[in-house]
Amino acid sequence: MRNRFADTFYELGKADPKLCVVVADISPAGSIAKFRSEFPDRFIKTGVAEQIMIGMVAGMAQRGLRPFAYTIATFTLYRPFEMVRDDLCYQNLPVTIVGIGGGVTYSTLGATHHAQEDVSIACSLPNMNVIAPCDPYETEAATRWCAGQERGPVYLRLGKAGEPDMSAAATEPWTFGKIRTLRKGTEVCILSYGPIMKRAFEVADRFEATGRSTSVVSVHTLKPLDRDGISKVLRDYAHVVVLEECAPNGSLAMRVKELAWDVQAKCRLDTFTLQDAFIHCYG
Amino acid sequence: MNQQRRNSFDIKAAVQRCLNYRRRILDISQQVTALHVAPAFSCTEITDAVYNGLMRRDANGSDHDVFLMSKGHGCMIQYVILEERGVLSRKDLDLYCKPDGRLGAHPDYETPGVAASTGSLGHGMGLATGQAYAEKLKKTDVLIYCVLSDGEFQEGSTWEAMMMAANLKLDNLIAFMDFNDFGGLERMSDGHQAFYPLVEKAVAFGWEAVEVDGHNGEAMFNAVTSRKGGRPLIIVCRTVKGKGVSYMENVPIWHYRSPNKDEYQQGLKELEGAL
Repeated sequence: MRNRFADTFYELGKADPKLCVVVADISPAGSIAKFRSEFPDRFIKTGVAEQIMIGMVAGMAQRGLRPFAYTIATFTLYRPFEMVRDDLCYQNLPVTIVGIGGGVTYSTLGATHHAQEDVSIACSLPNMNVIAPCDPYETEAATRWCAGQERGPVYLRLGKAGEPDMSAAATEPWTFGKIRTLRKGTEVCILSYGPIMKRAFEVADRFEATGRSTSVVSVHTLKPLDRDGISKVLRDYAHVVVLEECAPNGSLAMRVKELAWDVQAKCRLDTFTLQDAFIHCYG
Repeated sequence: MNQQRRNSFDIKAAVQRCLNYRRRILDISQQVTALHVAPAFSCTEITDAVYNGLMRRDANGSDHDVFLMSKGHGCMIQYVILEERGVLSRKDLDLYCKPDGRLGAHPDYETPGVAASTGSLGHGMGLATGQAYAEKLKKTDVLIYCVLSDGEFQEGSTWEAMMMAANLKLDNLIAFMDFNDFGGLERMSDGHQAFYPLVEKAVAFGWEAVEVDGHNGEAMFNAVTSRKGGRPLIIVCRTVKGKGVSYMENVPIWHYRSPNKDEYQQGLKELEGAL
């Protein structure tokens, strides 16, 4: 995902002089390094200073540029939280903040590097849009959308490098704000997002092995949530499962349960989130 | 085509303008129970010098340069100047902090003439740094003027921005520190002795820095127009919180309180007497 983001950003940045990237202390992967050497003025490094990373992208957007802020998820969202809230969301600026290692991607680095509440925190902010692609294909599509949008701030939650392609059997393209069927079944539907989608496919295989036809659906846009699409899932399937790498409070699971009540869903609904606890095991 | 910046600053006219601004702020204070009078009075001359001395306008009348009020609680002085310039209406100010109005006690980016939503301290310097860098990338000659409180220099975020603005050699960023020495609690130099001196700290961070009388528009104008350049500039402006009204000067309660009728009358009398 990280490399596909870099390739896509480099390609877009060559054509659009308004695209810039402001990084805190993180080594630029793959094509971002190429972007840096070809467009040194549009690659800004703030060092170990995340508040100015967000302040700068806000100010740059106010003067007509389309900047991305880029660092590890905890330092994109948590450390400069008030800058994200006031500078980006309150002022509703079209800035993308990229969180690398969303969720518990960096499992061995300990709880300081676990962004286990990133999605719920980002979704709670007014004006914020939240996208969590599951694979390189979705990462590329989301990056293209982010680079051209005028809607407002985006939290783009990525994993790291090396995630498998999970879009091979998908019948739908990626569309901002719309859920996307990755595998089509009839009885069970698994809703998931981000790199843990790999597990969703494993669970689907196990359902299929017991003779239950199973869909896998990517809820890549967590905010705005595709309420119509999810309502249809809750109506059309006998069994719906939510599987996510996020703390329970403010999770997709919580919101699907809320929606199930609103639409008087009759299906069985099982949800699996991280626990509301810091994680002290590694690997 | 841009209007040229003025070559000199008419201090007499500025004194009269600042009297009018302070009177107008005192008038508005009678409409509401609370308003940041004293913080606005401490940066009245700074804001006047920027708007009426330093900032250039384009041929269509719009601002060529940018004014960013980082100390959002000082925004009353910006509002009355924007009213005078016709950017805000008298009605806008009549409805200040009222349910039907659009002006609150801190500036909102959606308000005409307001360059950023501020109010939480320590944000403006970062925003101004991003704005100044964007103008560099766009290869314009736009200057970003940013007014900060001295209290904002206790925020780490301000120093992150100081570091970056100097790294990026943003000579189009001009900051004014409203050095009134008062926070909401007390005289800051009593509680934070190690915070000083300020000019030397800014210089050590790679800025051009100078200290002047923050109630003398001409001195501030000259400090900006005679800058060496090549790096960001900060003017440390010695000011008095509540300047011009004796009972407000250096008294923390007036950070937020509105004067009652008698205090209002006394305030008007003192302001006019000083002219």
